[in-house]
Amino acid sequence: MDALLKPRNAGEVEEAVRWAAAEEQPLEVIGTGSKRGLGHPVQTAHVLDLSALAGVETYEPAELVLTVKAGTPIAEIEALVEENGQELSFEPMDYGPLLGRPAGGGTIGGVLAANLAGPRRIKSGAARDHVLGMEAVSGRGEQFVSGGKVVKNVTGYDLPRALCGSFGTLAVTTSATLKVNPKPETTATLEISGLSDEDAVTALCRAMGSSAEVSGAAHLPAGLWGETARTVLRLEGFQASVDYRFQSLNSLLSGFGPVRRLEDGDSRPLWAGIRDAAPHVGKAGTVWRVSVAPTAGPGVVAQLKEKLPLSAFYDWSGGLVWICFEDGELHEAELRAAVAASGGGHATLVRATGAVAASVPVFQPQPEALAALSRRLKEQFDPNGILNPGRMVTGV
Amino acid sequence: MPAPDPQVLERRREIVSALQAIVPGEGVIHDEREMRAYETDALTAYRQMPLIVVLPETVDQVSAVLKYCHKHDIKVVPRGAGTSLSGGALPLQDGVLLSMMKFNQVLDIDFENRAVVVQPGVTNLGITRAVEHEGFYYAPDPSSQIACSIGGNIAENSGGVHCLKYGLTTNNVLGMEVVLINGEVVRLGGKHLDSEGYDLMALMTGSEGLLGVVTEVTVRILQKPETARALLIGFPTSEDGGRCVADVIGAGIIPGGMEMMDKPAIHAAEDFVNAGYPRDVEALLIVELDGPEAEVDYLIGRVEEIARANKASHIRISESEEERLTFWAGRKAAFPAVGRISPDYLCMDGTIPRRELPKVLARMRELADKHNLGVANVFHAGDGNLHPLILYDANKPGELEAAEAFGADILRLCVEVGGVLTGEHGVGIEKRDLMTDMFTEADLKQQQRVKCAFDDKHLLNPGKVFPVLHRCAELGKMHVHKGQLPFPDIPRF
Repeated sequence: MDALLKPRNAGEVEEAVRWAAAEEQPLEVIGTGSKRGLGHPVQTAHVLDLSALAGVETYEPAELVLTVKAGTPIAEIEALVEENGQELSFEPMDYGPLLGRPAGGGTIGGVLAANLAGPRRIKSGAARDHVLGMEAVSGRGEQFVSGGKVVKNVTGYDLPRALCGSFGTLAVTTSATLKVNPKPETTATLEISGLSDEDAVTALCRAMGSSAEVSGAAHLPAGLWGETARTVLRLEGFQASVDYRFQSLNSLLSGFGPVRRLEDGDSRPLWAGIRDAAPHVGKAGTVWRVSVAPTAGPGVVAQLKEKLPLSAFYDWSGGLVWICFEDGELHEAELRAAVAASGGGHATLVRATGAVAASVPVFQPQPEALAALSRRLKEQFDPNGILNPGRMVTGV
Repeated sequence: MPAPDPQVLERRREIVSALQAIVPGEGVIHDEREMRAYETDALTAYRQMPLIVVLPETVDQVSAVLKYCHKHDIKVVPRGAGTSLSGGALPLQDGVLLSMMKFNQVLDIDFENRAVVVQPGVTNLGITRAVEHEGFYYAPDPSSQIACSIGGNIAENSGGVHCLKYGLTTNNVLGMEVVLINGEVVRLGGKHLDSEGYDLMALMTGSEGLLGVVTEVTVRILQKPETARALLIGFPTSEDGGRCVADVIGAGIIPGGMEMMDKPAIHAAEDFVNAGYPRDVEALLIVELDGPEAEVDYLIGRVEEIARANKASHIRISESEEERLTFWAGRKAAFPAVGRISPDYLCMDGTIPRRELPKVLARMRELADKHNLGVANVFHAGDGNLHPLILYDANKPGELEAAEAFGADILRLCVEVGGVLTGEHGVGIEKRDLMTDMFTEADLKQQQRVKCAFDDKHLLNPGKVFPVLHRCAELGKMHVHKGQLPFPDIPRF
């Protein structure tokens, strides 16, 4: 009997998980399924669909705190906070277009489960940096609360933060409390054209090491978004401040190449595109997301380019590299070797044809002691292994 | 605290020899006189001599010590600089006290990647000292930053005055190396961001020494803001002050620091350092704006307007660095200033939703009358983190107990209005027994299951954080009820 379980409240989530735990029936946990393509596919008879568990519980702009049910569409949340002059400053990327789905999908539960972030990660952090509290149901079928509804709290282990990025394999989040921030008054972008990858990352790191409070630092090599290479730095805030910082950044980077300024209207779509990996959208090929130390980014790409056909661009000051192997092959071994040779980091397979993807680890393999600790944590939350089995790693 | 294990106490001599074989030289302290320095941390009302003190110097030694203790069921209390205000480093009679203060080296300064790798015994301020020649600093700034260690900051997820804008320890740590109780060494994160797999750094940060021993830390450093200026604002009522704070944030302004003091704290500070604080106000707010000059000058004007609109009776704006530091001098000296007017004080640490401030202050005055003790409040106004200082005299019979009861009432009040027991000092032993006021048994059991994944014998820092210790075997049991597929009225496909 295959079932789609669609609980309407946290009590029903608990009931469903308790049943699954007792019957040892694995569940695929989804919001709207917009990021189903991330991680290993979960093949279970039963699906726990949280999309009916939606709505804002409390929103207090003056406290900078928002509590929402897990199935609330992220687009709805972003619209609500924008109405109040605020934003989710971790700027969660929208995987839809890259994964061949419509833009604007997804729920807050999914955003947290995948620990999404955007270009502002380097200044303001990822989803995990903005979670204050959670209500969840463990794989044991027990509801628990952790964290709080205030912005400063160290009472007990930080489970809400730890559940971020766990892809629903530890517990089913039913509601989350997030920290929101004022939305900047305006945005401007400083663009330098024609730089090599190495020079671009040097410029980006120099800007990040200045007091200009850069909130986005990306490099789009020639052909990825325009004919010439574009090295872009984002400044946000009050108009007077943005103008002032633009000038200081301009003098700091004057030796690198020709500079132009993009105003608010041109900046926003550019950064949304960088956030959503637009240069690789609608293009054939295997896509990897690589996180390394910023200065190591160009080295990873250079090593691979010697022998493989690829296109790549950089976010996070050079530390986030989106690589597309145009031949559609995985090249997992070569990529992981290049990352290791550049000081280490993480490589995640984001897009590939299903059959091929199943043959390699999607996420960065862990050393044994760490993998064993992760398995022990999984056992403590979900002893029967019923939540999204195998989504991250076999056995987790 | 958990009852001491008589078998461990009996085997003390044997344990000393075993530890000496691992950490040679003067790294094992077992003389009672020398151990005295470790019998308490900054929660000085509690004292306990440890079984033995060990000061390893290498990761291999830490690993071997923990492996030995794990094998022989010996408890371990990790300790950094011993500045915990919640008793996090209080020793156990039958436990080895593991001091990490010989791990005091800065290992790697990487300005290009804005990352610094240090050993855990390096002080919080020591990190800034190592990078300030290039204009950089490490942002979290707990008030004990001159003494507290970065390893301790991780254990407590320390905050400070600037964390509303720059985040807590957890938001500023990029990587760590951790030795588990079984002696295994794991590395988490690094100079890159957002490692995949479970976010064990999130669990380690704020785990109060219960999950593992940190042996190396990578932190993010930032370029110092170009400038900083402050406003000193007095209000006739705490309601006016609270509304001003809400309006500043409502205007889209996140100040670098925003601190409030109540009348008793203002008077104590002014008597001590003559910072020029007005005495005829009920609430005093220090708002510091930092960043590029153009921004700071603009925002100073905005905050001044907001303060006037909220009936501020007194406004001063710093016109020089010296003046800015004078504004802060009273706030920074608030604890010793209170120490001057009272033989002893307890520093509490709850967080509340800011809108509840006037109500909480009023209730706190009632509680002060009930317990017949004085209280002065300093308050990280931006994030709702209260630090009530309860005044008492430990030499008067019953006053410590009264002060603790008063403190517990304040923290219960914080929880009652939607807040939490601790904003930055940790639970430790101080707030351990109040955990059931904030969490249900199911909540606490799930937390303890995390402990079981890291330390299934409960050997690391037991007796802290959790009021009742459940055996991991008991916590692991599943109570299953086989039955029907739930809520059959729901459509399924």
